Amino acid sequence: MSPLQAPALLTVDWWALGAVLALSAGAMLLLLLEFLPPKPDSSRSAVLALAALLVSGWAVTVARDARRSIFGGMFVHDGFTVFFTLLFCAIGAVAVLLSWDYVKRTRINQAEYYALLLAATLGMILMAASNDLITIFLGLELMSLSLYVLVGFRRSLLESNEAALKYFLLGAFASGFLLYGIALLYGATGTTNLAKMAEFLAGSPQRSNSLLVTGGLLLLAGFAFKVAAVPFHMWTPDAYEGAPTSVTAFMSAGAKAAGFAALLRVAARALGGVPAEWLPALGAVAVLTMTVGNVTALLQNNLKRMLAYSSIAHAGYVLVAVAAGGPDGFSAALFYLAVYSFMNLGAFGALTLLGRGLQERVLLADVAGLGFRQPLLGLALTVFMISLGGIPPTAGFMGKVYVFGTALKAGLLPLVIVGVLNSVISIFYYLRVTVALYMEEPQGEPTEVSWTAPARVAILLALAITLWFGVQAGWLLVQAQRSVLGLM
Amino acid sequence: MNGFPWLSGLIFLPLAGAVALAGLPAAADRLHRRWATGVAAAEFLLSLPLWWRLVPWQPGWQFVEKHPWIPALGAQYYLGVDGISALLVLLTTLMTLVAIVGAFRAVGQRTREFYALMLALEAGMIGSFLALDLLLFYVFWEAMLIPMYLLIGVWGGPRRIYAAVKFFLYTMVGSVLMLVAILSLYFMYRGLTGIGTFELDAFYAMPIAPAAQVWLFLAFALAFAIKVPMFPFHTWLPDAHVEAPTAGSVILAAILLKMGTYGFVRYAIPLFPQASAQFTPWIVGLALVGILYGALVSMVQPDLKKLVAYSSVAHLGFCMLGLYAMNSQGFAGAMMQMLNHGISTGALFLLVGVVYERRHSRLIADFGGLWKPMPVYAAVFLAVMLSSVGLPGTNGFVGEFLVLLGAFRTQIWWAVAAAAGVIFSACYMLWMYQRVIFGPVTHEENEGLADLTLRERLVFAPLLILIFWIGFMPQPFLDRVTPALDRTLELSRQRAVAARLTSAGIGTPVPGVVTRVPAGGGR
Repeated sequence: MSPLQAPALLTVDWWALGAVLALSAGAMLLLLLEFLPPKPDSSRSAVLALAALLVSGWAVTVARDARRSIFGGMFVHDGFTVFFTLLFCAIGAVAVLLSWDYVKRTRINQAEYYALLLAATLGMILMAASNDLITIFLGLELMSLSLYVLVGFRRSLLESNEAALKYFLLGAFASGFLLYGIALLYGATGTTNLAKMAEFLAGSPQRSNSLLVTGGLLLLAGFAFKVAAVPFHMWTPDAYEGAPTSVTAFMSAGAKAAGFAALLRVAARALGGVPAEWLPALGAVAVLTMTVGNVTALLQNNLKRMLAYSSIAHAGYVLVAVAAGGPDGFSAALFYLAVYSFMNLGAFGALTLLGRGLQERVLLADVAGLGFRQPLLGLALTVFMISLGGIPPTAGFMGKVYVFGTALKAGLLPLVIVGVLNSVISIFYYLRVTVALYMEEPQGEPTEVSWTAPARVAILLALAITLWFGVQAGWLLVQAQRSVLGLM
Repeated sequence: MNGFPWLSGLIFLPLAGAVALAGLPAAADRLHRRWATGVAAAEFLLSLPLWWRLVPWQPGWQFVEKHPWIPALGAQYYLGVDGISALLVLLTTLMTLVAIVGAFRAVGQRTREFYALMLALEAGMIGSFLALDLLLFYVFWEAMLIPMYLLIGVWGGPRRIYAAVKFFLYTMVGSVLMLVAILSLYFMYRGLTGIGTFELDAFYAMPIAPAAQVWLFLAFALAFAIKVPMFPFHTWLPDAHVEAPTAGSVILAAILLKMGTYGFVRYAIPLFPQASAQFTPWIVGLALVGILYGALVSMVQPDLKKLVAYSSVAHLGFCMLGLYAMNSQGFAGAMMQMLNHGISTGALFLLVGVVYERRHSRLIADFGGLWKPMPVYAAVFLAVMLSSVGLPGTNGFVGEFLVLLGAFRTQIWWAVAAAAGVIFSACYMLWMYQRVIFGPVTHEENEGLADLTLRERLVFAPLLILIFWIGFMPQPFLDRVTPALDRTLELSRQRAVAARLTSAGIGTPVPGVVTRVPAGGGR
């Protein structure tokens, strides 16, 4: 740390802002460089985006143990910020590796694509690091707007257009909810700063003020939209299906984690934990999210849609952890989000490889017999499915143990029972993928697989992480627990 | 004990063998077979010290290995054996070797993946017998489902996918509730002592109030009852057994079903003795229904494999009856029955596999008069069939006799009902044997059937030796298991008393009230 001390002249600790700066610089540089057009199959933009993400991740680790409050307390750098910054950078990096070849073969404009990807990552980091409702909203909009464009990036494709439009319209609606909630909270407390809000609430009998409760629930609804919780999930399957698969991978992991990060930050900093008034709503949403997500996923034949519903269900599991509240519940949520991000990136990542050129082969029937023709891809997809289903020895299992354990400790036995039974339901459709992979013969023309080195690295990375945290979860658990310490 | 981690070796040798096998070229079938056989044989040899180095009457766990695993939760990598698990591990290593060698001809496709999965499965099974940390146990318990699922689903019969998925889902439903119960135990213990641990010893030392016991017991018992399988939860078994490849059926019958009864002995009964006693009428009732139902349904099966599968339901009913007789003889009988069922039913599935490889049919009606073309086969079949029936002089008799003795001591009519099951089992087995082996050769195709090859004779030899060894001299086996079983029984009794005290508000629920019993009722 010593040679990297911030200049005494400035009151801002630039290292704490390093991640944000690196991503902003990367995004702008990407666009600027387009004045010197590269060859169509150049990897310049991808390399640059990857570098920006790595620098960003490195910058945040430099100031890992520092606690800073910057810009009048709007941006805080603490363990929570570090955890999520690293997670988002990792998600971004894996997404870049997955996109590397995918954007080339689907002829997507690279510089704009990667610039938007970096901007979305930046938005996610801001959401996790903000200590003010206004900056949270700004981060959320930066992320959302970038994602709206990314979802519709294959503009010649009808599905992609439809997905983007749907996502945008419903997303704008949700932003409205969120903003209205912020306005009500401001009306009730006279501030948008989370710390000041907590101060105000601590000394006042206002806790059950209807303005405050309504504002809080509207905020919850806004975040529920971003994390795709039922009944705010309608956009998810269409957006996930229509988006370029690499974007689906990125947003299914990143946007969800960011939504939860902001939710946890607001709940912990402003409201001093999950308010009791939220519990019935949170519990109901969690049960609905898990059940609707899993049961609907049973009926899907398109793997992207199936995984979209599965990602809805996974939001439900995280909500169980949020409902458990307290440092344990929050660290369980962090742990689960990290684990979920990698297994889901891996699962969608494997789908980006299916098909050649513009063609997309993501039906269940398309992977029939693939397990023996492509042993590594088959193994990876199997492990991701097993992990999503929560079966040991994978990270998904440890995540479920931790989430359900903390919920049990918080006395939420009914939620836990619903949760574990849901994971049995989910196993049925995850198994269908392995059935197709290993037990069925391909009908018609077999699916071609576009293996390239970057995608291979990304999938192996996700595979290694999924397996490693399945047998050795200790380190990640400790990190998650430490990250929420400063928050409560 | 002496530095070398025997038990970890037992878990990781087949796992390493499986990983290395997956790295071999895909088209070298002979190499795959040799490699898998080599690894399984080495594993068997590595497990043999459990037979002579184990000190049966020494209380507590032996060959213990204990390392922190997830310190943040208090989960440990904690392995150990006593007489019960030692014999089951030996059974596992032997039956895996036998199944692997027995599958040489049957599996001609994707041999690499097949044998890799068999070895991975072995690692999972051994891990769940050895784990003494409940989270670790759960990890092995569930992880083992995946290779079995793939074995059934990829190499199985025509309805393999249905059978494989059914097998997986049934087991999962019970298991996830057990996970909730394990977590409840964890928090209960942490609430009492402030220490988070999944250690079995710690839970053994914690008195649990009777009301809590009921729910926890039901969660554990459901998981194990599905695995055993007990009567209304058995419907996955015929499907899985019939569709699985021979080697899969052998492992499924010989080892996986024992997982359920082992779970009762190790976890459900000693942890929740009060609730266990409360549900005894139900469990015994279901066990008796299983014995009679299994036998009656076996009688009308046209398919050899299905017949053997349903006979498993009946045999495992005996195990459960023995356990819930809750006395020394019943426990010993159940344990012997577990070993015997593993050996005899494993051998029966192999025998069915032998004719299936030659005729590609398992229908009883397609055979008849096999003694003529296959005399050695007929002789082996006779011995195995009689051991399954429980003829004196074979292993089956020892187990069934002890179970009946135990049941008789507790409730006479239990023994009477179960004895009827013994008679039925003689009916269906002998009738089946008569239709398949005796009489004239009714189908021309059967006239030229080849008798057992050298490899097949080698496969059956150790099983026949065990059948008669246990039949004539069960004492070495009983010596190894009874001290541990008696300790478990005594522990259950003490814990039941402690639970009653907590409910009456007399004793304070301080862990450590119940200590593990010294030497127990050993000899």
